[in-house]
Amino acid sequence: MKADRGVTRADGPSVPPGGAASRDARPALTRWRPPITAGHLLRWETGLLIVVIAIGILGVSTSSLFLTSNNMFNLGLQSGEIAMMALPMTLIIISGEIDLSVASVMGMASALLGYLFARGWPMLAIFVVILLAGAAAGAINGLLVTRLGLPSLAVTIGTLGLYRGVADIVLGPNTISNFPANYTSIGISPVAGTDISFSAAVFIVLAVMFGVVLHFTPVGRSIFAMGASPEAATFAGIRVKRVKTLLFIVSGVVCSLAGVLMTFRLSTAVNTNGLGLELDVVAVVLLGGVSIFGGKGTIVGVVLGVLAFAGIQNALLLTNFNQEAASIPVGGLLLLSVFVPSMALLIGRVRDRITTRGRAGPPAIGTGHG
Amino acid sequence: MTTAIAPQRQPAGARAAQSSGRFAERAFRFRESGIIAVLALFVLTTSLIQPRFVSSSNIQFVLVDTSVYALVALGETLVIITRNVDLSVQSVLALSAYLSANLFGQVHGIPVPVVFLVGLGIGLAFGAANGLMVSLGRVPSLVVTLATLYIIQGIDTLVVGSNVVVASSLPSGFVDIPNVTVLGIPWLAIAVAAVIGAGAYYLRSFRSGRELYAIGSNPEGAQLVGIPVAKRVFTAFTLCGGIAGVGGVLWAAQFQTINSSAGGTNFSLIVIASAVVGGVAIFGGSGSVTGAAIGALLLGTINVALDVLGISDFWDQAIAGFLLLLAIAIDRGITVRLAAALQKRSARDEG
Repeated sequence: MKADRGVTRADGPSVPPGGAASRDARPALTRWRPPITAGHLLRWETGLLIVVIAIGILGVSTSSLFLTSNNMFNLGLQSGEIAMMALPMTLIIISGEIDLSVASVMGMASALLGYLFARGWPMLAIFVVILLAGAAAGAINGLLVTRLGLPSLAVTIGTLGLYRGVADIVLGPNTISNFPANYTSIGISPVAGTDISFSAAVFIVLAVMFGVVLHFTPVGRSIFAMGASPEAATFAGIRVKRVKTLLFIVSGVVCSLAGVLMTFRLSTAVNTNGLGLELDVVAVVLLGGVSIFGGKGTIVGVVLGVLAFAGIQNALLLTNFNQEAASIPVGGLLLLSVFVPSMALLIGRVRDRITTRGRAGPPAIGTGHG
Repeated sequence: MTTAIAPQRQPAGARAAQSSGRFAERAFRFRESGIIAVLALFVLTTSLIQPRFVSSSNIQFVLVDTSVYALVALGETLVIITRNVDLSVQSVLALSAYLSANLFGQVHGIPVPVVFLVGLGIGLAFGAANGLMVSLGRVPSLVVTLATLYIIQGIDTLVVGSNVVVASSLPSGFVDIPNVTVLGIPWLAIAVAAVIGAGAYYLRSFRSGRELYAIGSNPEGAQLVGIPVAKRVFTAFTLCGGIAGVGGVLWAAQFQTINSSAGGTNFSLIVIASAVVGGVAIFGGSGSVTGAAIGALLLGTINVALDVLGISDFWDQAIAGFLLLLAIAIDRGITVRLAAALQKRSARDEG
């Protein structure tokens, strides 16, 4: 296995031609490479883009309602909150952790909103409290994971119960639904001058922000590094624990914001708001090609994952199909998302074996024999 | 001199090995004794405040209520021990519950054991599908079983639609399953306990059972020493699915009104939580099915105890979540101390 990987590295296009370490000019270095390689085509994001386009064509061809502005608004309305929560989840999964408490943080925010509003608090103060509560919830997750060294999968199943429990305690069996109309209007009308829902607009803004942070800043690079190898990242001077804690806090804040938006959209605060959404959020992220083992993934992929997820559900809704059955194609895509890259790996492994066998030269660089 | 040194050294080394062995033994036993202590404390305080809590009818209620969770937790534990996870159990349970209960309406006079076999078969089929993909495809089980959770849920909604199986269509021999008692103990709880006992014996004393632990603590190492990793992982998933299928039939017998969402929204996560509370390490390699069952019992007991104490049900989730965090923190503490003890032992042996 190790030797195989060494061969791949030394043979890959990333090694500059005529590198100091190579003893002789090998044919691999001068071989012509097409601008779009099989590697590009085998990228999950490319396949996903085709899937999203196919869903769009399917939607348009089966229902004249698909491309109407009203439907585009509904599409954003249905999936806006899940899409928002998928962004911090992407960063957390790339960093090698997971956060299953997202839907419970959402429920907690919703319950707090209802509880405080019913007690006549001014809206601004309520928002501050909710975002602080979300940050605190994320900080608890982050500190338990980084400072106590506990597995995030188990910790956030625990806090999934704990934060939903806080929502239960705060609101009990009550339902609060007399929110002012200028807030609940986000569930009825799109952002002025567009067809997109408020939550979808927030998602777009956040997606740009998260994309820039992940792909164009040192912090983003460090997130990839710690996901690929926590030890190496630590030795490279990356504050792994601090960054991970921060990611969980950001997740808490974004999820509580999603909880507020959901409450206004439904015009209802109830302790079960958002119940069970955590797996949808994880599914969207994985659908976007993010590796569950960390270290790999793109925001563009996740945005495409969101579009596929929302598009399938919306298209099935319009064709009068049982909408719940949308989970079948979503699950199928999810399976493809793990099998396609591993198939690409398999193909690569076979190709490597053929090239190493065909070459009679010295062993490749970095295999330790020389 | 040499004769004098030799006998001195031997007992010293033996003693060191023995004492650390004893510590390891104690620590491993603590994994379960800790949770038993919490359970005992909970039952004791609750019954002191409200003696009605330990009435035989209430105990029966708790045992029956916990049975399905404990049973499915057994299957989940087999999978978790191999450093995998099965998120799809709730969908398997839901589909099996509906299909098996629906059989009574479809086939008149079908014997109850046959229905159980059908449930088992449904579960085994889905479990085998999970196992095949995880072990042969070498892809992460969390993603695979999340995907199959969606797919089976989708099949469930297509098959069930808005249909509901109602109690009146079920034979009395079936709906009485949770009510039959032997010497005051529910027959269902005894049967589940027997299955868990068999599972514990298998994991403790069978070669293939021990190999599940080896796979979970070091998958590459297990492969290198010649353990058929793919085969064992496949078996674990298949068994887990089969158990979830049987759990679905029991769920149908217990609740008798079955729509497309038997089991509830977070059943899989509750089952995983039961196992982890019971000392099963989420990344495999340690834990026991008895621990998982006791974990399920503890979570079930909390639920009923709060009721009995007159505390609102709404505290249930928060307390369960807190206990889970406590359990994994304690587990981590044990692991760290155990590692330190083993290190000290090897240092002493060398010195």
